[in-house]
Amino acid sequence: MIPMSWYLIAAAALFCIGLFGVLSRRNAVGILIGVELMLNAVNINLLTFWHYQIQVNAEPPFNALVFTAIVFIVAAAETAIGLALIINAYRQRSTIVANDLNLLKG
Amino acid sequence: MMMTGTLLWLLPLFPLIAFVLILLFTYKKHALSHTIAIIGAGLAWLVSMVVFYQAVTHSGGPLMTSALNWLPTGETFLRIGVQLDALSAVTLFFVAWTILMIFIYSVGYHNFGAKRGVDDQPGLPPHGALIKDKNGHKHHVPSVEPMYGRFFALISLFAAAMYLLVVSNNLLTLYVGWEIMGLCSYLLIGFWYGKPSARAAAVKAFLTTRVGDVFMLLGLAALYTLSGTLEYQATLANPLMMAQLAATTSPVFGLSWAGLIGLLLFIGVVGKSAQFPLHIWLPDAMEGPTPVSAMIHAATMVSAGVYLAIRFFPLVSAGWEPGMALNPTMTVMAAIGAGTALFAATIAVAQNDIKRVLAYSTISQLGYMIAAIGIGAYTAAVFHLVTHAFFKALLFLGSGSVIHGMEHGVLHTGEHIDPQDMWQMGGLRRKMPATFWTFLAGGLALSGFPLITAGFWSKDEILTGAFGGGQLVIFGVLALAALLTAFYTMRQITLTFLGQPRTRAAEHAHESKPVMTIPLIILSIFAIGAGWAGIPEAFPGLGGLIPNWFGGFVGGMVHFEHHAETHSLVPLLTSLAVSLGGLLLGWLVYRRAGTVDPLERALGPVHTLLKNKYWVDEIYAVLFIRPARWLADVLVSDWIDRRGLDGILHGIARAGLWLGRLVRQGFDVPVVNGAGDGLANGTRSMGALLRRIQTGRVQDYMLLALLLAIVAGVLVIVL
Repeated sequence: MIPMSWYLIAAAALFCIGLFGVLSRRNAVGILIGVELMLNAVNINLLTFWHYQIQVNAEPPFNALVFTAIVFIVAAAETAIGLALIINAYRQRSTIVANDLNLLKG
Repeated sequence: MMMTGTLLWLLPLFPLIAFVLILLFTYKKHALSHTIAIIGAGLAWLVSMVVFYQAVTHSGGPLMTSALNWLPTGETFLRIGVQLDALSAVTLFFVAWTILMIFIYSVGYHNFGAKRGVDDQPGLPPHGALIKDKNGHKHHVPSVEPMYGRFFALISLFAAAMYLLVVSNNLLTLYVGWEIMGLCSYLLIGFWYGKPSARAAAVKAFLTTRVGDVFMLLGLAALYTLSGTLEYQATLANPLMMAQLAATTSPVFGLSWAGLIGLLLFIGVVGKSAQFPLHIWLPDAMEGPTPVSAMIHAATMVSAGVYLAIRFFPLVSAGWEPGMALNPTMTVMAAIGAGTALFAATIAVAQNDIKRVLAYSTISQLGYMIAAIGIGAYTAAVFHLVTHAFFKALLFLGSGSVIHGMEHGVLHTGEHIDPQDMWQMGGLRRKMPATFWTFLAGGLALSGFPLITAGFWSKDEILTGAFGGGQLVIFGVLALAALLTAFYTMRQITLTFLGQPRTRAAEHAHESKPVMTIPLIILSIFAIGAGWAGIPEAFPGLGGLIPNWFGGFVGGMVHFEHHAETHSLVPLLTSLAVSLGGLLLGWLVYRRAGTVDPLERALGPVHTLLKNKYWVDEIYAVLFIRPARWLADVLVSDWIDRRGLDGILHGIARAGLWLGRLVRQGFDVPVVNGAGDGLANGTRSMGALLRRIQTGRVQDYMLLALLLAIVAGVLVIVL
């Protein structure tokens, strides 16, 4: 049986890869992909701790499947809005490089 | 008698109405203005004559008196009223005649009907106008006075004031007229106000008489306080009241109250009648037009002073009987009167201006009257007042006619000479016969030419009074003054009318118009004839041929009878000697005079002293005027006002500025401004600092959030 720590390590690694992607990608779409990775890392964690709960005390106080489904839905919506924003930003500025979209510079 | 009362009340009103009408309506119309003025004066004359006739045909006491309440003063009233008695009747007689003559004369004097000069302007004497005759020749002729209407308005007011003063039954109404005359003299002496000398003379006249008036008002106040009334009948003509006042002692100099009040009123007289030491205004009053001089010197102003002195004679002589030693007030009056008579006569000897000689002779003759009152020669004083008014009005109008003739000559020849300087005249008797003969009549009357002139009788009466009263010093001084009077009168007549003309202007002088010479002729009749009304009964030879009407009429006014003592020959011979001697001397000295006064060589420095009028003006300038100027200019204006008060104000202002600067620099700039600026600067620098992290790059924000999350996590774990 695969120990629980492997799942957690994999999730952490996935989160870190996503975070790195978000912070370092120049392409706005790449940033969105990074965000998706981080969300899925969180989903893995949710499911891991849910499974652990089932084994410890048979009847867990929550159902992680529901949470995971909600996260997927939110992620889908977020991606849709994000892509719409990026398309519009591209139409306005002819670029989707995140560093160039700095209208809010103080 | 109702009739007389009404007439008396109305008397001052005629000239007053004329004054108002001219001033308000006919100011610009020459003919209408003088017509109204002369009608006013003429009606007043008519009424005066009616009233005089009634007074003459009535005997004893005041003919009528009437009064009404005027100003309420607590429980009592100040009352004004009119009265007719012998003194006011004879005064009215000469006042009415002289005023009417002066009014008529003024029409000619101011060149009525002449063309208006091109350069003439109000406030200056007319300069003359150019006219072309039929042949095309240009002539320079006298031009009409620019302020013709104004002159007649003012002179009417002057006449109204004099009538008011004479008909008054109390000292209050008299004082009202007295002060209006002061105003009129100021306005008329300064009539040609464009001339600085005329302005100065007007101010001088007003202020000098004012000095006397203040004391007179004090006298009136004292009399009113003690007696509760100012009416003649209740005070001056009330022997009981007079005796009471004479018996009580006043706090000043140990004089009786009667003496003190008399002295105060007398100082008013000194100012008005130009007695030493307040005589200085009268010669300067010559700056006005000549009819004004006649008005002031004969008809009104100075006569008013003597009239008052005669009025309050019962006050000063209370307790005194003829033959007794003079009381202090009477001594002062006699001394000042006689002193002034001699003093002014000596000055007149050395004057060259024809009007100035007459001015000093007026002062001198007024001194006679005052001296006569001082020694108790009451009737003689009134008599001399009347005769003097006639011959002095005549002389002044005559001199005006001479000046007028000379001005004509000056305009004709274009010479630059003073038309009033007697040394520029000479030989005018042939050019101006009517003026010459009338002036001669006036001059002889002034010198007291024996028997035929009025001046002789009145002057002789004063000398007799002085001699008979035992006042030998006064007698001597007055006799000497009479000698000088005759001398300078003859000097004047000789220089002006006799001999040969000294200038071309004098050759071209010509006789004045009938409107000027007819008043001269009428006045000369009085200057000769007025004396015959008062020939003393005791006069050798002539006495009693004509009854001494004047002595009986006016003498009845005082409580002691007119003493018909034996007429001593000494004063008579003296008065004959001085008048004839003076005239002869004057003629001898001046008949061959060239252009230099023979007296100048003979008297030397004394002549300079006399010519400069004893430097009285200069002494007053040093004693009073300069200290007053100094007080005003230096002490009050410069030291107190500019340095003291202004200094304090400037100091306060400077202290305010200093305090303001202190508050500004010590509090406002560092604290208030500093706080405001510091807040703004702090905010700005904080913003500048913070804007660095606002890069606008979304990844930077996320990095920052991550770092903060890590820091927060570390903190949570560590703590």
